[in-house]
Amino acid sequence: MFTLTETWYLVLAALIFSIGAVGLLVRRNVLVMFMCVELMLNAVNLTFVSFSTALDDLGGQTAVFFVLVVAAAEVVVGLGIIVAIMRRRQSADVDDISLMRG
Amino acid sequence: MTAAVLQNVLASVGGLPSIEFSSVAPSIILALGGVLLLTVVSVTKDKLPVWFPAVWTISAAVAALCTVFRLWIRVGKWGNLSLISGAVGLDRFSLFVIGTLCVSVVMGALLLEGYLRREDLEGPEWYVLLLLAAAGGTTMAAANDLIVLFIGLEILSIAVYILSAMHRRRMSSLESGLKYFIHGAFASAFLLYGIAMVYGATGSTNLARISTFLADNVITQNGLMLGGIALMLVGFAFKVAAVPFHQWAPDVYQGAPTPVSAFMAAAVKTAAFAGMIRVFVLALGPTYRDEWRPMVLALAVLSLLVGSVMALVQTNVKRMLAYSSIGHAGFILVAVHSSTAMGTSAALFYLLSYTFMVMGSFGVVAVVGRKGDGHHQLSDYRGLGRIRPGLALAFTIFLLAQAGVPLTAGFLSKFYVIRSAIDSGDTALGVVAMLAAVIAAFLYLRVIVAMYFEGEPGDEVAPVKVPAAVSVAIGIALAGTLLLGIVPDPVTHAANEATAELVAPRR
Repeated sequence: MFTLTETWYLVLAALIFSIGAVGLLVRRNVLVMFMCVELMLNAVNLTFVSFSTALDDLGGQTAVFFVLVVAAAEVVVGLGIIVAIMRRRQSADVDDISLMRG
Repeated sequence: MTAAVLQNVLASVGGLPSIEFSSVAPSIILALGGVLLLTVVSVTKDKLPVWFPAVWTISAAVAALCTVFRLWIRVGKWGNLSLISGAVGLDRFSLFVIGTLCVSVVMGALLLEGYLRREDLEGPEWYVLLLLAAAGGTTMAAANDLIVLFIGLEILSIAVYILSAMHRRRMSSLESGLKYFIHGAFASAFLLYGIAMVYGATGSTNLARISTFLADNVITQNGLMLGGIALMLVGFAFKVAAVPFHQWAPDVYQGAPTPVSAFMAAAVKTAAFAGMIRVFVLALGPTYRDEWRPMVLALAVLSLLVGSVMALVQTNVKRMLAYSSIGHAGFILVAVHSSTAMGTSAALFYLLSYTFMVMGSFGVVAVVGRKGDGHHQLSDYRGLGRIRPGLALAFTIFLLAQAGVPLTAGFLSKFYVIRSAIDSGDTALGVVAMLAAVIAAFLYLRVIVAMYFEGEPGDEVAPVKVPAAVSVAIGIALAGTLLLGIVPDPVTHAANEATAELVAPRR
C-alpha cells in the first residue's frame, strides 16, 4: 500500500520554503513579500513537525509554538512599518522606496 | 481534576525545570527594566522629567553589569553551568558578551538622550526598545539551545527593526526600517530552516546534546547536516553583515537614526557573533570544522576586501562607517575561522573595543548630523577641526583606532585576530587581513583630512551643538578606546579567561 512517509512532508516543506524565498526576491509588493516570509516560516514549521514525528521527539513540536509567536510578532512590526510608509507614500511597491543607493 | 491531570503530565516529563533566576539576572534586569519603564511612564503620564527614561535605562544597564561581575566570580568558584534544562549556559564567554552589551546600552542611551532632544522626538519607547533589544542579545549570548538562540535573536532584531524606523519625519528612516525588516526576516527564516535541519539530523536542538551526538555517531546521510550548517551560516552572515550578505547594511545604517546605527553596529554585531561562536566553534567545532571553516573563510576574505574597498568610494560618512563595519565583521570572522580558544578570546576583545570605537564614531556623526540628522556628507565635516577642535580630535582618535593605530584598542584587537589566524596556520588569511587594514586606513584618513585641512574659515553649513549626554558618551568611548590600547591587560586577561563551554544538562 502507498503510504506517506515523513520524506514527503520534508520535500513539500522544502518546496514551500523555496517558493517563499524566490517570491521574496522577485516580487516587488511589500505585502506579497510579507506573505513570502510567512510561507518560509511555515515551511520551517512543517519541517520541524515532520522531524518531530520521524524522531519520535517532542522538541520539534514545541519549537513550532515559539516560531508561531515570533512570526506573529514579526508581522505586527512589519505591518506597522508598512502603514507608516503608506501614510507618506500611497504605494506598497518597494521600487518606490529607494531613497538610498550606492 | 485539572490539577491532577497537570500533575500527571508534569510527572511524566520529569517535573518542571528548575529555574535559577539569579544566574539569568542580567537578561531579566534588562527585559524587566524595559517593561517597567513603559509601565511607569504610562502610569505617571507627563509628570516625569525628560531625562527620566535615559537615566532609568542607564541604571538598568549598570545594574545588569553589576550582576555580570557577581556571576563572573561565581563561575570562577563553581565552574561553568548549564541551567533551565540545559537551555541557558552560564560561562565566562557569555558573561563577557553580556557585559559588552550592557556597555553599548549605556552609551546608546546617552547618545539617544542628546539626539532625541535635538530632534524633538522625546519618548520612553526608544529606551524601552533599547533595553528589550539588549535583553534579546543577552539571551542569545547565553543560549545553549538553538531555539533559545533564535528567540534571543528575534527579540533583538524585532526591537531594532522598530528602532531604525522610529524617526517618523524622515522617510529614509522608515525605508531603512523596512529594508532591515525584510532582510532580517529573510535571514531569520534561513537560520531557522538550518536549525530545523540540524534538529532532523541530530535529534536535538540542545547544543551540548548536538555536540555529543556528533562526537558519538557517524552520520551516514551528511546532506541534512551540511544543508543545516550552510543555512545557519547564511542566517548569521546576514545578521553580522558579511559579504555577500551585506547589501542591506549601508542603506540601513545610513537611514536609521544615528544612535540606532551605533547600537546596531555595536550590539547586534556582538550578539550575532556570540551566537555564531556558540553554534559553530563550540557545538560544531570539534566534529564539523572542516566543513564550515572554508565557508567562513570565504565570508571573511570577501568582507575584509569588499568592506575596505567599498568604504573608500563613499561620500556619505554613515555609509562609509557601514562599509567599514563590514570590514570589521571580516576581521571578527577571521577570529571565528581559527576555531580555537585563542580565536574566541580575540573575537571577544575585538567586539568590546569595536563597541567603544564605533559608538564613539557614530556619536560624533550624530552630533555633526545637526538638526534633522541630514548632514552626513564628507563636505559637512570640512573645517570641523577649527570650529569644534575637541570633537574633531575625538573623531580622529576613533578613526585612527578603527584603522588600527598603536596605543588604541584597534591595534591590539587587530593584532590578536591576526595572531590567532597565524597560530592556527592561516598565514595567508592573516596577510589578507593586514592588507584590508591598510586599505581601510586610507578611508579613515580621508575623513581626518576633511576635518583639518579642507574648507575656508566661515564656510561651515551650520553650527554644531554637542549635548551634555552625548559628550559623556563620547568621553566614555574615548576612555574605553584609549584604555584598552594603553593598559589592555585586565581586559585581555578577562577575554582569555572567557572560554565558552557546553555543559550537558543534568538528567
